[in-house]
Amino acid sequence: MAIRVQSEPFDLSAELADFGAGAGAIVTFSGIVRDDTGAMVALELEHYPGMTESALTDIADRAAERWNLTDCLVIHRHGRLAVGEAIMMVATAARHRAEAFQAAEYLMDYLKSRAPFWKREIGRDGAGSWVEAKGSDEDALTRW
Amino acid sequence: MKLDVLYFAWLRERVGQPRERVETKAATVRDLVVELRAIDDYHDAALSDLTAVRVAVDQQLSDLDTPLADAREVAFFPPMTGG
Repeated sequence: MAIRVQSEPFDLSAELADFGAGAGAIVTFSGIVRDDTGAMVALELEHYPGMTESALTDIADRAAERWNLTDCLVIHRHGRLAVGEAIMMVATAARHRAEAFQAAEYLMDYLKSRAPFWKREIGRDGAGSWVEAKGSDEDALTRW
Repeated sequence: MKLDVLYFAWLRERVGQPRERVETKAATVRDLVVELRAIDDYHDAALSDLTAVRVAVDQQLSDLDTPLADAREVAFFPPMTGG
């Protein structure tokens, strides 16, 4: 079980090399910075040091308990990230795939609206605009 | 009591600083907001629409009615957009 908040890139395959030994199922998700408007060059992520780590740990602990995870990894980056870079990843290990899939979805749903990160889109002209939270992200929590 | 007040994202930009230490007798977050809005126009603008503001007391998500007894740090920020 590990939580990491960092500005530097991570290597997905290296992270998975020692992950979840003995599990029957491993699910991984990674989020990539995308450009929906055709005018964005980067994202800047601000976070709340201290609270970020404790919020992610809390979410991961609850997922691990609910789905009997044998391992769990969350990495989330902050700072400036170019379009195409990996912004975060979660990995879950369990005995069976249903638990691993559900735990990964739960982690993502909670991480999006309960971990203190804020995204700002940086356009070609250098100007930034804060990304607004979607109501659908908050609604997603009700299914759990 | 002395409290560290932190601001993130557009709240930080509107207030014009990431953190400040305030002397307060506020019993709840709601009382603290009233005191902060009285500091200047920047604070007033940042905290005028509380439907767009989330709060953490000592790094735990809280709400306007959360008591501040023994609190050391209060943070104000917009709804989170991680992931």
